[in-house]
Amino acid sequence: MSWEIVIGLEVHAQLSTQSKIFCGASTAFGAEPNTQADAVSLALPGVLPVLNKGAVERAIKFGLATGAHLAPRSVFARKNYFYPDLPKGYQISQFDLPVVGQGQLVIQVPAQGKQQAYEKTVRLTRAHLEEDAGKSLHEDFHGMTGIDLNRAGTPLLEIVSEPDMRSAAEAVAYAKKLHSLVRWIDICDGNMQEGSFRCDANVSVHKKGTPLGTRREIKNLNSFRFLEQAINYEVQWQIEQIESGNEIVQATVLFDPDTGETRMMRTKEEAHDYRYFPDPDLLPLEISSEWIEEIRGEMPELPDARQIRYIGLLGLTSAYEAGVLTSSREMADFFDACVAEAGPNNAKMCANWIIGEVNAQLNRDGLDMAQCPITPQQLGGILKRIADNTISNSGAKEVFRTMWAEGGEADAIIEAKGLKQVSDAGAIEALVDEIIAANPSQVAEYRGGKDKLFGFFVGQAMKASKGKANPAQLNEILKKKLAG
Amino acid sequence: MFEKSLKQLGDALRAKKISSVELTQSYLDRIAKFNPELNAFITVNPEVSLAQAQAADERLAAGTAEALTGIPIAQKDIFCAKGWLTTCGSKMLSNFVSPYDAHIIAQFNNAGAVNLGKTNMDEFAMGSSNETSHYGPVKNPWDQTRVPGGSSGGTATAVAARLAAAATGTDTGGSIRQPAALCGISGLKPTYGVCSRYGMIAFASSLDQAGPMGRNAEDLALLLNTMAGFDERDSTSLQRDKEDYARDLEKPLNGLRIGLPKEFFAEGLDSDVAQTVEAAIAEYKKLGATVVEINLPNTRLSIPVYYVLAPAEASSNLSRFDGVRYGYRAPEYGDLTDMYEKSRAQGFGEEVKRRIMIGTYVLSHGYYDAYYLQAQKIRRLIAQDFTEAFKQCDVIMGPTSPSTAFKLGEKGDDPVQMYLSDIYTIAVNLAGLPGMSIPCGFGENDMPVGLQIIGNYFDEARMLNVAHQYQLATDWHSRAPQA
Repeated sequence: MSWEIVIGLEVHAQLSTQSKIFCGASTAFGAEPNTQADAVSLALPGVLPVLNKGAVERAIKFGLATGAHLAPRSVFARKNYFYPDLPKGYQISQFDLPVVGQGQLVIQVPAQGKQQAYEKTVRLTRAHLEEDAGKSLHEDFHGMTGIDLNRAGTPLLEIVSEPDMRSAAEAVAYAKKLHSLVRWIDICDGNMQEGSFRCDANVSVHKKGTPLGTRREIKNLNSFRFLEQAINYEVQWQIEQIESGNEIVQATVLFDPDTGETRMMRTKEEAHDYRYFPDPDLLPLEISSEWIEEIRGEMPELPDARQIRYIGLLGLTSAYEAGVLTSSREMADFFDACVAEAGPNNAKMCANWIIGEVNAQLNRDGLDMAQCPITPQQLGGILKRIADNTISNSGAKEVFRTMWAEGGEADAIIEAKGLKQVSDAGAIEALVDEIIAANPSQVAEYRGGKDKLFGFFVGQAMKASKGKANPAQLNEILKKKLAG
Repeated sequence: MFEKSLKQLGDALRAKKISSVELTQSYLDRIAKFNPELNAFITVNPEVSLAQAQAADERLAAGTAEALTGIPIAQKDIFCAKGWLTTCGSKMLSNFVSPYDAHIIAQFNNAGAVNLGKTNMDEFAMGSSNETSHYGPVKNPWDQTRVPGGSSGGTATAVAARLAAAATGTDTGGSIRQPAALCGISGLKPTYGVCSRYGMIAFASSLDQAGPMGRNAEDLALLLNTMAGFDERDSTSLQRDKEDYARDLEKPLNGLRIGLPKEFFAEGLDSDVAQTVEAAIAEYKKLGATVVEINLPNTRLSIPVYYVLAPAEASSNLSRFDGVRYGYRAPEYGDLTDMYEKSRAQGFGEEVKRRIMIGTYVLSHGYYDAYYLQAQKIRRLIAQDFTEAFKQCDVIMGPTSPSTAFKLGEKGDDPVQMYLSDIYTIAVNLAGLPGMSIPCGFGENDMPVGLQIIGNYFDEARMLNVAHQYQLATDWHSRAPQA
């Protein structure tokens, strides 16, 4: 019997508030050490926390986006432990009463080898608000450690999944979907390099039909690639251990990107007793249904809803395209604006161009959607001219390239470059007559049953028209004339 | 001059009969003379105080003075005051100069009061005798072989010995009322949430409350007018309309219903205290009050409940004192853990360490439900007892402390005996109610006895009225120890 892999993720998403979760200090990244550490961040004697409403609103948005239960009353608790970058000696978090309860996320797992792409629902256990710690700086201090408390008190939403993932690919698909979602609803900037979105992976292996294995938690994975590498390594390591007769000991481990290996940080026996208790400095967090409805009213259309709408627009065979178009809010908004310009009848063409040409150009230039040099209206302008037969597909690509490099509107570029295609039936007929006259042997072969030669005649005619002949018209006339 | 009430001092200042600089200097002189033996102050800063007095005089001259402008007031050393050494009575903070003002300090500064100095206290407010202070015990001015009570013992002695016109205290389990009783002054612990805790070094957050200590109820009302009020920096601060706590002082007491909890007059109460308190009740009857016996059945559990909850919160609140960012750090240590252990072992005194250990224990995995959660449940029952009692009476009265001031060192080796001296005050903190103590006579050793008055939530104005009317009819509050 084969090994089954069981993975649950805990994701720390930094919430995009201007100020910290319990004080007014700035959350901006990259400032000089300790310049954003006010009296509360420093945990001076006598200071008190005051909850940032913006952080709660973002948690509510997340709950609404995942169909989760929102607790009308949740409680902040103190998680007590000593560490130099934890200035109070406790972290304010939520323990037995989190703000967001059970929810779910539908993930798209891409095709891999023989395995086709598929969808899967991952259950979310909970999400709770908490504050980040500061940073310990071990370099540059010659045997001492520096403490930077700028990050101390930055709001985090810790999002905990059920152990529903069965492969590194599923874990990555889940993390990507979550990453896209928190950016889509604008609660987190998703910047993984700056630590705005960090994953901890709980990994265990067992044989199907037997009890779950003992898990080890891989901490602080800050890229999708590391997440995948770390899980794959860990799974392999656990299987090897068990197969060589060793037991897995519950532990927290770190992933070393240089070696691609995980290494032990601490075992369960060494784990802290955090002595959680309700923080007496903060009142229970009460969320009224009015507040929830107010925020629901401000929510953008969510990716899953939009995906369904796009399938309706593009046809049922286009689930893949609909998924790609909704992988980020920027792309989906670009698509919607493009369709608005080009017309719903041309939606499929909009989708193909955005997924194809636009994405390829963005990748080539190292840009993301927000930095796209052409607007969806500009692109729609090109596609309209394909649809009304003003230009051919190849002409459209030339317009697109020019527009990308130099800007300008489609009609002006078509005019300037003389790309308007010939749709005058008389002119095309004359052209076709010339081609038939000039290639008698090929005509004979074609008429003798060599259908493949049709492409040859199209090529000759296109060449003669300098690419401007309307392809559909040309095909029709050619077919008629060749038939004799 | 040292016998004048705050109102009289304010009037004299506004009438230019005396300047704030003169008044402040005369208090500083008294402190210089008597503090070496009484040890009521940890820090005096004459230059800073006199500069504040100077500014107050300018304000008085400009006619923009408020009730407390120019009056020197001492501050318990638990309140962070910008530029002032703020020790909380601990070696741990013996080098901590606060870079910011507590809300209470800012309120006094805005009112133009002069900060006369920082008063001694039990370390981190943990104690009932002021013997746990890193800066040495405070002496009771009525008998210097005796304790002043605690934790606000420095404040109580300063006010009783006329080293300050008035002063602030904080009360987590009786720390305003018990020293007020033992030193023969008046003190009020307001309803939880009335005074902001911002900048008040936390002992047990859900119980801590700042309050005024002075020579009479009228002074307390003026002080509370300045101290009370909503502060957005404290999430437990209550958003209520500003009120004048002196508004009801002159109301007669006809028809006042006084509840006497039979549990407060039972075993453990010294007979001299019982007799003195009973005489005070008799006086109230003369003033038109009626008396009803009430039951507070769960108050007997106050001390065990308190000694679970307060240390639990304290063990966490005091974690920030780790030697990393400020405060005491051991001069020599090995690794990080060693630095923590040595800094905290050397920086905290025995009582603080005892409570950190109790608190850590009761919050530990496997013990939390049995201790902390259970204590929270009983806490609610204790509060319910009061709610029931206040259906039958307007105020509750009884002794503040089971005995008068005891001898220095007498209970030092027996923490439980020490904890029992707060037996009548702790339930009030657990319920979040306002409580006060006023002088009502003297016991066997000619030591002061305090009458405790407990009010319903937000009934401070009525309690002050009840106290003031008694003080109009008696003169216990104006007795002063021999210098």
